[in-house]
Amino acid sequence: MIRLEKRRSISKLWTTLTPIIAVFLTMIFGGLMFGLLLGDLASAFGAIKLIFWDPLFDENFASYARPQLLVKAGPIILIAIGLSIGFKAGIWNIGAEGQYILGAIFGASVALSLFPRESIFIFPTMILAGAFGGFIWALIPAVLKVYFKTNEILVSLMLVYVAENILTSVSHGLLRNPDGMGVAGIRNLKDYPSAHNSEIITNSGMHWGVLTAFLSVILAYFLFLKHQKGYEIKITGEAPKAAYFAGINPSKTIIFCMGMSGLLAGMAGLFEVAGPAGQITISFNSGYGFTAIIVAFLGRLNPLGILMAGLLMALTYIGGEIAQLMLGLPGASIQLLQGMLLFFLLATDIFTNYSFKTRGS
Amino acid sequence: MVMFGIDLVLLIPALMISATPVLLAAIGEAVVEKSGVLNLGVEGMMITGAVIGFIIAVNTQIPIYGFICAAFAGALLSVIFAILTQYMMSNQVATGLGLTMVGLGLSALIGKPYEGIKSPTLTKLEIPILSDIPILGPMIFSHDAIVYFSIFIIASVAFIIKKTRIGLILRAVGENQDAAHALGYKVIRIRFIAIMFGGATAGIGGAYISLARVPQWTEGMTAGAGWIALALVVFASWKPWRVLVGAYLFGGITVLQLNLQAIGVAIPVEILSMSPYLVTIVVLVGISLFGHQTAPGSLARPFHASQ
Amino acid sequence: MAEVLLQLNGISKSFPGVKANENISFEINSGEIHALLGENGAGKSTLVKMIYGLMQPDLGNMRLSSESFRPSEPSKARQSGIAMVFQHFSLFDALNVAENIALGMENPPKINDLSEKIENVSKSYGLPLDPKRLVGQLSAGERQRVEIIRCLLQNPKLLIMDEPTSVLTPNEVKTLFETLLRLKKEGKSILYISHKLEEIREICDFATILRNGEKVGSCIPKNTSAKQIGEMMVGKSFSSPSRENRVFGEKLLKVSNLSIHTKDFFGTSLSNINFSVHVGEILGIGGVAGNGQDELLSALSGEEKTSPSTINILNHPIGKLAPNERRNLGLRAAPEERLGHAAAPSMTLIENTLMTSHSEDIVNKWGIINFDNVKEETKDIVSEFDVRTPTLDNAAASLSGGNLQKFVIGREILKKPRVFVVNQPTWGVDAAAAAFIRQSILNLASHDSAVVVISQDLDELFEICDTFAVLTNGRLSKSYDMRNLSSEDVGLLMGGSDLDLKNS
Repeated sequence: MIRLEKRRSISKLWTTLTPIIAVFLTMIFGGLMFGLLLGDLASAFGAIKLIFWDPLFDENFASYARPQLLVKAGPIILIAIGLSIGFKAGIWNIGAEGQYILGAIFGASVALSLFPRESIFIFPTMILAGAFGGFIWALIPAVLKVYFKTNEILVSLMLVYVAENILTSVSHGLLRNPDGMGVAGIRNLKDYPSAHNSEIITNSGMHWGVLTAFLSVILAYFLFLKHQKGYEIKITGEAPKAAYFAGINPSKTIIFCMGMSGLLAGMAGLFEVAGPAGQITISFNSGYGFTAIIVAFLGRLNPLGILMAGLLMALTYIGGEIAQLMLGLPGASIQLLQGMLLFFLLATDIFTNYSFKTRGS
Repeated sequence: MVMFGIDLVLLIPALMISATPVLLAAIGEAVVEKSGVLNLGVEGMMITGAVIGFIIAVNTQIPIYGFICAAFAGALLSVIFAILTQYMMSNQVATGLGLTMVGLGLSALIGKPYEGIKSPTLTKLEIPILSDIPILGPMIFSHDAIVYFSIFIIASVAFIIKKTRIGLILRAVGENQDAAHALGYKVIRIRFIAIMFGGATAGIGGAYISLARVPQWTEGMTAGAGWIALALVVFASWKPWRVLVGAYLFGGITVLQLNLQAIGVAIPVEILSMSPYLVTIVVLVGISLFGHQTAPGSLARPFHASQ
Repeated sequence: MAEVLLQLNGISKSFPGVKANENISFEINSGEIHALLGENGAGKSTLVKMIYGLMQPDLGNMRLSSESFRPSEPSKARQSGIAMVFQHFSLFDALNVAENIALGMENPPKINDLSEKIENVSKSYGLPLDPKRLVGQLSAGERQRVEIIRCLLQNPKLLIMDEPTSVLTPNEVKTLFETLLRLKKEGKSILYISHKLEEIREICDFATILRNGEKVGSCIPKNTSAKQIGEMMVGKSFSSPSRENRVFGEKLLKVSNLSIHTKDFFGTSLSNINFSVHVGEILGIGGVAGNGQDELLSALSGEEKTSPSTINILNHPIGKLAPNERRNLGLRAAPEERLGHAAAPSMTLIENTLMTSHSEDIVNKWGIINFDNVKEETKDIVSEFDVRTPTLDNAAASLSGGNLQKFVIGREILKKPRVFVVNQPTWGVDAAAAAFIRQSILNLASHDSAVVVISQDLDELFEICDTFAVLTNGRLSKSYDMRNLSSEDVGLLMGGSDLDLKNS
C-alpha cells in the first residue's frame, strides 16, 4: 500500500522538476482539448506546436512573435515579481489588476495634463505617477488589514471592480480625448513623443517596461538572497509567530509587501498605456493582474522562476493568438490552457513536500 | 406600496431574486469553511453552473433539468479542488484561484455557441391563499421554486449544523482537525463532502443567474458574484441565517442602485455600479471592528494525518 | 482474584528510520493500575495508540479478555471498552462541554439527556462539570475532567491515561488519585503513562518500563526505589547538575505592576505582577499551564509591549522596546513552543540562528546579511550544545525535540545575555539533554547573569532555582527562598495562598 509521508526538508530536485513536468502535462492535456475542439488529434498537436514552438523558431512567425513575447512578458513579469514578495509573506494581493489600472490612469493623467509640452522629464514623471497610483490602490487593503484585520484577498479584489468602473468613467469623462470625435478613450500617447514608452532597441519589443521587468527580477533575486528584508518576508510567511519573536513588525511588512506589489503593478500599467496600448479605453486592462498570479505560482515565488514562467505564459498568449488565427481556436481555450498549467503545477507540487512510501520500507 | 419613488412590491421580489445566487453560493461556502477549508473557487463553480445549466435548459427546454445538471457540474469542479487540496496538500489559496480561472475559461469556451439564445424561464409558483394576500402576496409568496429552495437550504443547514451529530462532527473538524482525527473522525472525507456541497450550491446559484435573473448566457456573467459570496460568509460569521440576511442586504443594494440609475438620480452611473463592491468593503471592515470573528480554528490549514 | 484483561504479545511497530516499538509483551489485570514508564521518546505513545486503534502493529498480537483484539480505528477500541485520556487533550475550544463529550462517545444520547448525565456522573466522582460551558474557557485541570468524564460515560474496562498530572496542581493530583482508586475498586483497569516516579510509586500496582522502544524491565513500584526505577528508565547514569553557592549581585531585572489584558479569547490576563532578579540569581516561576506563562514570557521578550517603566533592566525602562531592541540590551528569551515560535520549522538551522542575531557583523547598515558569519555562529551552537543534526542546512523540523531545544536555548545562551528568560526549558526532552540544558542555565547564572525559568516541572525548579514564585491565574505570588520551601508549601502556593515564611 502506498502512503504519503511529509519530507523532512523540501526536495530541491523536485522543486525544479515540477514546473517542467507541469508544462509537459499541460501540453498533453491541452493537446487533447484542442483535439476535441478541432476534431482530430493531428491538428491538435499542430496547435500545440503553433503555441509553444513556432513563435520562437518558425521563420514565418518568429520575427513578429519574438518581440511580441517581450511585450507580453514584460508587464506580467513585473507584476508577478511584486506579487511574489507579498505571497512569500502570506499576504495575498489578488487585486493587482486594479492597481495596474490605477497606475495607467495616474500616469496617463500626468501626460495629458502636460500635453503638448515636450521634455525628457515627462516620461520619468509619468513612471513615478504610475507607481504612485498602484501604490496607493494597494495601500487601501494593506491599511485595512493592519488596522482592522480585514481580509486583503476580498478587499483588493473588490477594488478591481471599483477600478474598472473608474476606468470607464474617466474614459468617457475626465480624460476623454477632446479630438477624439466623441469616442471614449484618451488621446493616444503614441502620438506624444515625450510620453511615449518607446522601444530601446527597435523592433526587439524591448521597451522601458521590459527593461524594468528584468531589473526587478535581478533586484528581487538579491533581495531574497542577501538582504534582511527578504529574510523578514520569508519568515513572516513561513512562521509568523517566529517572525514576531524575531522582532519583525508585521504591520510594516504588510505595508511594504502590498505597497511594493501595487507599485510594480502600477508601473506595469503605465508602461503599457504609454507603450503598446497607447491609450486607455474602457477595455484597457487585459487580465495581466490575474495572469501574474499564475506566473508567480508557476515560478515558485522565485525571481528567476518567475522570469521563466512569465516568458512561458507570454508564449502561450502569442502562440495562442497565432493558433486562433491559423486554426480558428477560440480565445477562451487559451485561458483554459493557462488554468490547466496552474492546476498541474499545484498537483505535481505534492512531490516537493511529500514522498511516496510503500508499507514496511 | 411606494417609498421614495420606488415601488416596494416590485423591489422586494427583485431583491430576493437578485440575492438568490449569492445566497446559494454563500451558504455552500459557509459549510465548506465551517469544515475548515477555504475555497476561493466559488466564482469558477458559479459560472460553470451558469453555463451548464443554460445549455441543458436550452436543449431540453426544461429549466429544472438545467439546475440539476448545474449542481452536478459545480460539484464535479469542486472535486478537482478537493483532490488537490485534501489529498495532494496543495495551497488552498492558489488552488481556489486556479479553479476560478479554469471555470471562467471553460465556461467561456463551451458557452460560445449559446450566446444570444433565449432560455426557457422558470414559472412563478402560485401558493394557494398565501399568494393572494394583498401586498405581501406578490412580494414574498409568488416566487419560483429555486427561491424557496434557497431558503429551505438555509433552514436545513442551520438545523443540521446546530442540532445533528453530523453537524457537530463538521464543526469539530473545522475547529480542531487534529483532535477530530485523534478521536477517529475522517477529517478528509468530511471535508470532501462539504466541498462538494459547496460546489453544488454554487452551481445552482450560477444557473439561477443565467436562467432566471438575466436570463441569457454571456461570458463572465457572474461578474464577481462568487467573490461577494465569499465576503458574505465572513459577514455572516459563518452562521446560516445571517447568510440570508447578508445576501438580501446585498441584493437590496444591487437592485436599489439599478433602480436609482433608471430613475436618473444625479449620481454618476459608475459610482452606482461600484456601490455593491464598496459596500462590501465597508461591511468587511465593520465586521472586523465589531463582529467577534470566530473563524473555524482549522480554517485553510492543510491536514495531513501524521502517524 | 485477578484475571487478565489485556495481553500484549511481541508487539512491534516501525516507521521509516526508527523502530518505535520492538517485541513488547506484558499483561494488565482487571482492577489493576498499571504504569507504563519511560522517558520521552521511549515508545510509550506509539504503543498506546495501537491499543486505542489509531495505528496497527506490524508484528505481534493483542488479546482482550482472552479474545483476539486488533482495533482498526478508535471507535472499535471504544466499543470494546477501551477509553483514553490524551496528553494533549482532544478537545474543541469553541464547543461546549456536552458537545465535546458527545464527540468522544460512540452513540451519545441526545444533548439534553447527555447534559444531565454529565452533571450527575461528574459530581458523583468529585469532578463537577457544567455541560454548557465552553471548553476553551476551562482551566487545564477542568479540561482533563472533561476528557475523563467523556471516558467514564462509556463504561470502559480499561482507561488509558497519558501523562495525566503534567497539567495539574498538587491538589488536583490528589483528587485524580482518589478517582483512580475508586475506579479500581469498581474493577476497572488503568494504564497510567508517566515519567514521574514518585507518583507511580504512590498509586500504581505494577509497572512496565520501556527504553528505546524495548521493554527493559518491570517491577512493583511500591517495592522499588525511585532511584532503581529511574536507572532502568534511563539506562545510564548522568551527572545531576551541580550548583555552587552563589552570591547575588545587583538587581538586574525589575518588573513592576505588570498587567496585560489578553486579546486572545482563550488566553490569560496578567494582573499586577511584581518581581526582581539579581545578578547570579535563578528565579523559578512555577505553575500549571494556562495561568499566564506565555503572556508573561511575551511581556518580557518584547512581543507584548507595556508602559516603559513596567520592565526595567538596570533601571533602564524597556517596556516599549521590541524583541530585537531588547536583545541588543542583553535581554534574551526562549519561548515554550519550539516549532513555529522559537524556531521556524521549514527553515534551516542557519536561518534560525539569524532570527535572533542582529549584530553589525551579521547584518550591516545597508541590510546585507553576512551568511558566512551566521554559519560560524550556527557551528558554535551545534558543537557547544551537542545538537545532533546531519548538516547545518537541515530544516529545524527535522531535528528531534531534545536537539531542537538544545539549539534554541544554546542560540540564546551563547550570546551571553545578561538577563535570560525561558519558558518550559525541558518539556518533551530526553533526560540527558534536559540535564545538559539545566547545567547550561546554571553556568549562565554563575557568569554574571540573571535567569528566569518558567516551568511546570516542580522537580526541575527545585533542582536549579534559588528563588521561587508561583503564577496562578495571571497573578504572581511573592518570591521565596527555595531552600526554605517544601512540597506542601508549594502546593499551598499553587492553590493561591500566601506563606508566612521569610522571603529572600
